[in-house]
Amino acid sequence: MKNQSKLKASTVFVHLMLLVLVVVNLFPLYWMITFSLKDNDEIFGGYLKDNAGAIIYSESGEKIPVARNMIGLPRTWRWSNYTRAMNTGNMGRYFLNSLIVSVFAILLTLLAAFMATYALTRLAWKGRKLMNKFFMLGLTIPIHAALVPVFLILSRMKLLDTYIALIIPYAAFSLSMGILISIGFMGDIPYDLDEAAFLDGCGVWGIFFRVIFPLMMPATATVGIYTFLQCWNELLFATVFVSKGRFMTLPVGVKQLVGQHTTDWGPVGAALAIATIPTMIVYALLSRRIQEGFIAGAVKG
Amino acid sequence: MKKTIAYKLNILAFLLPALILFVGILIAPIVMSVIYSFHDFKSVSASADMTYVGFGNYIELFSRMLVNDKGALFTNVNYMGDALVNALILGALSVFIQLPLALLIALKLSKGIRGERAYLSIFFMPVLISTVIIGQLWMNIYEPDGLLNSALGALGVKDQLFSWISSHIHSTKMPFRGAWTGYKETALIAAFIPILWQYVGYHMLLMYAGIKGVPADLLEAAQLDGCTEGQVNRHIVIPYIKPILKVCVIFAVTGSLKSFDLIYTLMKDTRRAELPSTLMYKLTFLNNRYGLGSAIAVVLIILCFAFALLISLAFRDKGEKVA
Repeated sequence: MKNQSKLKASTVFVHLMLLVLVVVNLFPLYWMITFSLKDNDEIFGGYLKDNAGAIIYSESGEKIPVARNMIGLPRTWRWSNYTRAMNTGNMGRYFLNSLIVSVFAILLTLLAAFMATYALTRLAWKGRKLMNKFFMLGLTIPIHAALVPVFLILSRMKLLDTYIALIIPYAAFSLSMGILISIGFMGDIPYDLDEAAFLDGCGVWGIFFRVIFPLMMPATATVGIYTFLQCWNELLFATVFVSKGRFMTLPVGVKQLVGQHTTDWGPVGAALAIATIPTMIVYALLSRRIQEGFIAGAVKG
Repeated sequence: MKKTIAYKLNILAFLLPALILFVGILIAPIVMSVIYSFHDFKSVSASADMTYVGFGNYIELFSRMLVNDKGALFTNVNYMGDALVNALILGALSVFIQLPLALLIALKLSKGIRGERAYLSIFFMPVLISTVIIGQLWMNIYEPDGLLNSALGALGVKDQLFSWISSHIHSTKMPFRGAWTGYKETALIAAFIPILWQYVGYHMLLMYAGIKGVPADLLEAAQLDGCTEGQVNRHIVIPYIKPILKVCVIFAVTGSLKSFDLIYTLMKDTRRAELPSTLMYKLTFLNNRYGLGSAIAVVLIILCFAFALLISLAFRDKGEKVA
């Protein structure tokens, strides 16, 4: 009996520690959302202003100080920060660019990875293992290796500031992990199916596109999610290869919002929230799948 | 069937898209980077004006004599040696603070505690947020009259802490007034906190998955033998998940060597916590020293492979003893 209550006390302690960590994890996000609806005066302290931004004076002609309100809910909910982030901050444009780049990079990665995996696991040739090892080198190669040469190639081919400038490098750097994940999934597809399709008159291409490809849907999700997260958040390539507003992706756009001088933090917070919320929604819907993708990649690597 | 699946042209065709991408964007550029690193060139227009300089770029990189494309000596950059030291400090902080913390949480969570899935999902969430956003968020938190300093003020420790920090700052005579990213002595720690916050959940998830893979009968047998939770963890769970711990250590160290996004977005001026990547970006794309930048890339490639190999070797030896 005594032992049991002791056990309970330790469980309560563990929960308490975990809850503290939950608060530590969630607080910065709560704080981002709330400051995205405030102005600098409320965040850092300042003087009371009217809606046009002019300072309001008291009857005795003095400025009225605004108390800082860092961690509380906004006193007035300034949704205009969000319209400013969308209009002057161009967040809609960056969002669309990120989406286009990510989707095409995912499609390219999937096609190249599935085809290569098929050749590596189901076609018969010497050097399969060696070729597999060759592709796995990509897991350790830092993107810095490609930065200068690819920049020079793109610049000489006049391809800087295009979607292609990001789509192809992103797909190339997601490829190794794509193949790694695909090999696991393709290994689970029974070889009898290949045989049956062959007897029905399919060649390797028929087997690949009619039998293997449709059965690779679970791998599509895992590889797709992995590639998406790689592309959606990438900064170094995006900064170097795409410097013009028309093709800039979200990370570069967000980075540009914090100006050289004083920063108007309200709209910046709104931009951060706009860039974060979609990922959070996807995570809420697919959390298990996303986690599995990360685990699959690391455990096999 | 056998004939079809061994037909050479088919094999090549299936490999072709992946090979083009892989060789074109990863393998060929490594070779090009190595070649560039032995040359000096300041224009992207044509390769004609490349001059061979031997190991000149590497010597310049480690000798505190870096110059920009006009030949003027830099006053506003740190040097490769400092940048590597900073990266290795970040790596060490990750390995010795972040990973133990992640392991602790993973061990507690995997014991079938109530709300396990919810905790797991919340702890992992920051991994999915763009590092750029986390950098901006923390830039705001570190503003001189921002959240952190206000909290310190509210706790009543601000003045004491600031004067204590001031007494330990030797890089400048300016007393510390709360600009966390503005001093060499504080900038690296200020950068580590968001990294810790973002990635502890990542390592925790990997370790958690590993612990869940420990065979149940092994654990039961140990419990029947009267092992305490601590003993089970030390003698069964941790040796069992050694391969995952290895991956975590490799990720933490090579990730720190490659790290760019956070420092670049957290600080308007990265020189207080210069890393190889931020140095490479500045030299290559702001000052057109393409050869010098390539030399940094080559150093990074070699170090990433070397550390991955070293860590693997270190883990393999101990693993064999256990088995």
